[in-house]
Amino acid sequence: MIRVQEHDFDPGAEIAQLTVGNTAIGGVCSFVGLVRDFAGDGAVHAMTLEHYPGMTERQLEAIAAEARRRWPLDATLVIHRYGRLEPGDRIVLVACASAHRDAAFEACRFLMDWLKTKAPFWKKEESADGARWVEAKASDDEATRKWAENKDG
Amino acid sequence: MKILYFAWLKEKTGVSEEDIHLPDGVTDVAGLVAWMKGRGPGFAEAFTDEAVVRCAVNQDHVDGAHPVTDRDEVAFFPPVTGG
Repeated sequence: MIRVQEHDFDPGAEIAQLTVGNTAIGGVCSFVGLVRDFAGDGAVHAMTLEHYPGMTERQLEAIAAEARRRWPLDATLVIHRYGRLEPGDRIVLVACASAHRDAAFEACRFLMDWLKTKAPFWKKEESADGARWVEAKASDDEATRKWAENKDG
Repeated sequence: MKILYFAWLKEKTGVSEEDIHLPDGVTDVAGLVAWMKGRGPGFAEAFTDEAVVRCAVNQDHVDGAHPVTDRDEVAFFPPVTGG
């Protein structure tokens, strides 16, 4: 399931809901991304996440479908927020459920890595010096490339 | 065709969304980017560094060689920074 929303989410409730009615699931691996209060040497007061409605959902669906193709998953969940967020706020939740832990761990990492370079979100950070758009990291591109070369996970 | 701009491309061009006719002679994304540079100072600045301008056609990531038609939805944006 994919959700793109402005409001917060409850990770515990979301993860519990993911496995309801499927007792073949042996484990759920999840990742929650939070707003940090620093960038480099400076303090971050808040950030605003912009996205491309329509393409965001389309790309997240494609990424989740690719994860289900690569690993035997019983369920996947991606929730990503947009709008203005403050340090400590939740940004993203990725959760993968599978009969066995390896698939759940690997697919969760894969989903986050691919999301970082393919889902059309842009962060603008607010600090004492004003607001600035966050630049993409080369290490994120590298993480995505690693999965591209290793198609079987 | 529908053109969308996001993040600092939206700020520099001063446009978030517009409908235009496919310019004469433009057949692909690279051609559209070259045409954009000639639209005025804001557009010229937004498209100066082509290496950091990403493009999607009909909501899929594409490169400069991808064809464009008058029925497409084309979006320009910087490298994504979600997650």
